[in-house]
Amino acid sequence: MTIAEIAERLNLTPVTGEEYLHREVSDGYVSDLLSDVMANAKKDCIWITLQTHENTVAVAVLKEIAAVVIVNGRKPSDVTIEKATEQKVPILLTSRTAFEIAGMLYQLLHAEEIQS
Amino acid sequence: MTVGEIKEALNATVVHMSVPEHSEILCACATDLMSEVLYYTRNNSVLITGLTKQQAIRTAHIADIRVVVFTRGKEPDAQTLELSKEKGITLLITPYSMFTACGILYEKGLRCCPE
Amino acid sequence: MKEDLSKTIEGSFHIVGGDFIRAGEASTALKKQLIDLGIEEETIRKVSIATFEAEMNIIIYATAGIIRYTITPEEITIIAEDMGPGIEDIELAMQEGYSTAPDWVREMGWGAGMGLPNMKKNSDIFRIESVVGEGTTVEMVIRRKKDDHSRNSREA
Repeated sequence: MTIAEIAERLNLTPVTGEEYLHREVSDGYVSDLLSDVMANAKKDCIWITLQTHENTVAVAVLKEIAAVVIVNGRKPSDVTIEKATEQKVPILLTSRTAFEIAGMLYQLLHAEEIQS
Repeated sequence: MTVGEIKEALNATVVHMSVPEHSEILCACATDLMSEVLYYTRNNSVLITGLTKQQAIRTAHIADIRVVVFTRGKEPDAQTLELSKEKGITLLITPYSMFTACGILYEKGLRCCPE
Repeated sequence: MKEDLSKTIEGSFHIVGGDFIRAGEASTALKKQLIDLGIEEETIRKVSIATFEAEMNIIIYATAGIIRYTITPEEITIIAEDMGPGIEDIELAMQEGYSTAPDWVREMGWGAGMGLPNMKKNSDIFRIESVVGEGTTVEMVIRRKKDDHSRNSREA
């Protein structure tokens, strides 16, 4: 499933990297601790977090994360948006919580697995 | 869902159980940031977190959360375990990631705590 | 259901900056005292959360601080005063998600910019004063709502 399809199904609003939404997503990862993401997140996953800090962009690049979803209606700072644009990292926003988005994305990815 | 059902669904190990397994859990909060827990959670909720430290137990105690789930099979240190006993916080460890744990519980019908 | 609140109860806690091991102990002690006094659940929750956030702010940002509390039949007042760097732009600091915390604090699960908003959310009166290079004082008043006695029957 691509980022674009997920964005549409979960009603996520892209703020950066709109030209990269065709990327395929492998899995989801929920964490607000950068060290944890650095250690454990897999390539091509969607990273669900509350962190709006610019350092999230660096972590996403290093771990080759497909997209970052910022939850709870949080907005990334201008610096974060600037860095994400520069580094080609799609950031998408939602007012839903991490629990909800993870639950919904898990179902989407799971349903796809069963079908294929 | 009940605490027992959550334990089963998440294939969790019980570190400390301070409530009956049939206690009803009304909603869930999944985060590693403690202010977020204080901002959103309600009584009778479960906190799912990767912050497997004393701070998670202290925050749960302050916010009246009775059940905490540590993700990715992370064993707490002795002080964290001691604190969960002292404060009467039920502590479970799931081998699953936070993403999978949320997915499983959401599928079973548990929802997030309202603002 | 005992209510020994005919007179004013006062107390204070000294907080040492950077002491993450004991972080939360002051708020926990205050919470226990409020439970023992038989104060209603919703009030305890608000006071506990507001005090905990104030305590964490001192630990994260300041060298040292003191948290004073006053409990009367009508309301609970918490004053957190620290010797710290002070806040340059209070309006900005009050915004949800704004934070100047360093990365190591974020990795401890704090510093996501919800502390001050959380204190305000749980207070009926919220005042903050800060002098850059000297410190910050936060005053929070939580009015008691005595119709809610749900805690007394089930919390130990």
